[in-house]
Amino acid sequence: MTTKKDDSISAMCTVAIGEAGKTGDWRSLRPVINHAKCIPSVKKKSACFLCWLYCPEGVVKATVPVEIDLDYCKGCGVCAEECPAKAITMVREGEDHE
Amino acid sequence: MPENLFKINAKEYILPGTRACQGCGLSLAYRYALKALRENTIVTLPACCLCVLHGIYPSTPVMIPALNNSFASTAASASGLVAGLQAMNRTDITVMAIAGDGGTFDMGIQALSGAAERGTDFIYVCYDNEGYMNTGTQRSSATPMGALTTTTPIATKQQHKKDFLKIMEAHDIAYLATASPSYPIDLYDKFVKAKKIKGTRYIHLYIPCPPGWAYSPKDTVKMGRLAVETGIAPLFEIENGKFRFTGRSKSMAERGNRLPVINYLEKQGRFKKMNIEQLQQVQHWVDGKWQEYQRRSQE
Amino acid sequence: MSNVQIMTGNQAAAIGAKLSSVQVIAAYPITPQSQLAEILSQYIEGGELKAEYVRVEGEHSALTVCISASTVGARVFTATSANGLLYMHEQLHWAAGSRLPIVMCCVNRGVGAPWTIFNDQQDSISQRDTGWIQIYCRNNQEILDTVIQAYRIAEEVYAPVMVCYDGFVLSHTMMPVAIPDPELVKDFLPPYQAHTILSPEDPRTLNAVLFPWRRANSEGVLCDGYMEMRYKLQAALERSPAVIEETSRRFAEVFGRDHGGLSWGYRMEDAELVMTGMGSIASEAMQAADMLRDEGIKAGVVGIRVFRPFPAKTLKEAFRGAKGIVIFEKGISYGYEGALCSDLKAAFYGSENQAPAHNYIAGLGGRDVKARELADAARASWMEMQTGIVEKPTTWLNCYTG
Repeated sequence: MTTKKDDSISAMCTVAIGEAGKTGDWRSLRPVINHAKCIPSVKKKSACFLCWLYCPEGVVKATVPVEIDLDYCKGCGVCAEECPAKAITMVREGEDHE
Repeated sequence: MPENLFKINAKEYILPGTRACQGCGLSLAYRYALKALRENTIVTLPACCLCVLHGIYPSTPVMIPALNNSFASTAASASGLVAGLQAMNRTDITVMAIAGDGGTFDMGIQALSGAAERGTDFIYVCYDNEGYMNTGTQRSSATPMGALTTTTPIATKQQHKKDFLKIMEAHDIAYLATASPSYPIDLYDKFVKAKKIKGTRYIHLYIPCPPGWAYSPKDTVKMGRLAVETGIAPLFEIENGKFRFTGRSKSMAERGNRLPVINYLEKQGRFKKMNIEQLQQVQHWVDGKWQEYQRRSQE
Repeated sequence: MSNVQIMTGNQAAAIGAKLSSVQVIAAYPITPQSQLAEILSQYIEGGELKAEYVRVEGEHSALTVCISASTVGARVFTATSANGLLYMHEQLHWAAGSRLPIVMCCVNRGVGAPWTIFNDQQDSISQRDTGWIQIYCRNNQEILDTVIQAYRIAEEVYAPVMVCYDGFVLSHTMMPVAIPDPELVKDFLPPYQAHTILSPEDPRTLNAVLFPWRRANSEGVLCDGYMEMRYKLQAALERSPAVIEETSRRFAEVFGRDHGGLSWGYRMEDAELVMTGMGSIASEAMQAADMLRDEGIKAGVVGIRVFRPFPAKTLKEAFRGAKGIVIFEKGISYGYEGALCSDLKAAFYGSENQAPAHNYIAGLGGRDVKARELADAARASWMEMQTGIVEKPTTWLNCYTG
C-alpha cells in the first residue's frame, strides 16, 4: 500500500477563533459597562455575572471587573437587558459615551 | 454570583466569532449543552442553523468533534457512531445528535424513531425554533398556530404544533427533558444528568429566534422566559415514566401564576396577523397541555 | 488445501464480508438481498463474527450508519437491491464525498414502478454518477473474492465500492465456491487505517460547508473550495484502475484465482464479432460465443467487470481486433440507449476502432434470456453489419414491441 500524501481529501475543519471573522464588525450598538453600578465592581468580588451567563457568544469574562471582548461581541444587547443593576447601556457605535 | 453558577464548567467549547445571528438562542443553549457534556463527546448534525454555527471549511469554532450529515439522517448517524465506537472499544464517548425542529419533527422522524426503538445509547437534542429558520423561516410541523412564515405568508399557520414530546415518550426512552436557554442552569443540569444515563435520551430545547420570530435580538432571553411563564414551553423531565416539572415551571405549578399566552404572542412580529379565534384556540390548547402535565406531576 | 462448498451468491457475499473482518454492518431487508442480511445476523448472533449489527429502519439509515461508523475508524458493510439502493441515493453521494471506504453489495434487481422482484441492473446503473467504484460479478466465486478485493481497493483509494451481482440468477443459485483461508485473507487485507477519523483527542468538524472559492485556514494556508474537493474524488477514481488491477494480480498470486481486473476476455484471440456485457449476461454470452464458433463465426466475449471507473483505455485494447460489437445490457438510459453502449462508443471515439456497435436491451425484470437467444441476436447483427448496417436502433430482446 502506498503512503497517504494528501491529508485533506475530505472536508475536515480545524478549530479556530473568529471563523466568521471579527464579528465585532456586525455591531451597530456597543455594550458599555458602568462600573459604578456593576455588582462585581461595586462589591469588589465575584458576584452576579448574569451578563456572562446569558451571553450567546461567550464573549463576557466573569472577572472583577467584568470585561466584554469587543472584537467578537455582535452587539445583540442581551447582557444590557438582563443586567439586574442596569449597569450596561447599548451605545451607538461611533458615538462617545461616559 | 449565585451559588449555582460556580458549579458550571468554566470552559467554553465554542470560540467567539461564529456565523450565528445576533442574539441567537441556539448559540446560548449549545454553549451550555457542550459545557455539560464536556470533551468526551462526538456530535452529529444535519444541514441546519447549527451547521452554520459549526463554520465554513477549513475552520470551525467548535472544540468538540462533529460530523455533518444529510437532513434525514441525524439519528441514524448517531446509531452509526455508537456502533463504530463500540466496535473500536471507545465506549467512554457520549454521542449527541442534534437537529432543529424541521430535521426532527418532519424529515428526521423516521431515523429518530428507529434509533429510539433500538434503544441506541445516545442523546438526541431537538432545538425547536418552530420553523425552517436556516432556509428563511418556512413553516414546519413545529410552527405554532397563527404564526406567519414565508410559506404561510398571508393566512398564517392553521394547525397546532405537533406534540412531539408525546411521540418520543411513546418510545419508552430512558430520559426525556425539555429546556430553555433562558434558564441555562436548568438546561445544564439536564445535560449533565442525561450524560450519566444509558440508552436513548431526548432533550427538547425551546429556542427563541430573533429573525424568524420577528423580535429584537436583545429580547432572546426574555422571549424564552415568556414561553415558559405562559406554559407554552413547560420545563420538565420524564424518567422511568415519572413526570416532574423543573425550575420555573415547577414553581408556576405550585403557585398557579401562569401568564396568559397573549403576553408572549404580542411581542413577536410573526403573530401580528393572528385572529382572535386563533388566539383563543392557542390559549385553549396550552391550557389543555398544562393541565395534563399538572395532573401527571401529581401522580 | 481448498475448502469448496456449494452455496448461493448471497452466502458467498456473506462469507466474503466475514473473512474481511467487518466491524459494523447495517442492512435493511429487500428481496433478493434479504438472505445476505440474515446470514450475517446469524454469524454475529452465533459468535462467528465479532461485529456490531444495526438493524436499521430503512436503507437511507443503513448507509448513514456505515458512513458514521466509518468516520470513527470501523470497517463497515451493507447490502441492498433495487428501490433500496435508490432510497440510499443521497447517502451514496455522501459516502463518496466523505471519502469513506465503504463496501456494499448490490444484489441487482429491476426497479419500480411497476414492481418487479426479478433481476436486471437498472438499480446500480442508475447510481453510476455517485462517485462509487462499481464491480460486476459473473459467478458466486467471483462474488466472494470480489468482496475481499473491494475492501483492499476502497481502503487504498479512499472511495466506496459497490459489488454488484445479479439477483436470483446468482444470489439464489447454488454453485461450488472455494472458501479462502482466513489467515491468507488477513495477510491480503491488512486492518483498516482510517484516513478521516473523528475523535475527542483531535476535535474537528467533518463535512462542513465549502465555499465556491478556496479559503485560508487559521495559519493562512489556502485550502480547497468545493470544486477542488470534488476534483480529488475524480482524481481518486481515475487512479483506481491501476489499484484494481494490482489488487486482482495480488489476489491471483495469493489465492490462485484471477477474475480479471477491469475486464476479462473469452475466445478473444482472433475474435471478429465481440459480444460484451456485465455480470451474468456476459457469462451467458460465453456459451453464445461457443455456438457461433461452431457455426464458423469468429465470436468472442469481453466481460466488463468494472463499470466505474470506466476502463476506457483497457477496453480500447480489448476490442482492438473487433469488426463488429454487440452489447447486451440489463438496463437503459431512458430516452437514449444502454449506458454501457454509450460509454463504449465514447471510448472508441477518434480511435482506430470504428467497428459497428449494436445495442440489445435484455432480461429486464427477470425476462428470460438464454445463450441461444444471445447467439441469435449476435448472428443477426453480424449479418446486418456485413450488409453495411452500421447504425441500428436499440433492440429490446425477447420483448413484444408492437
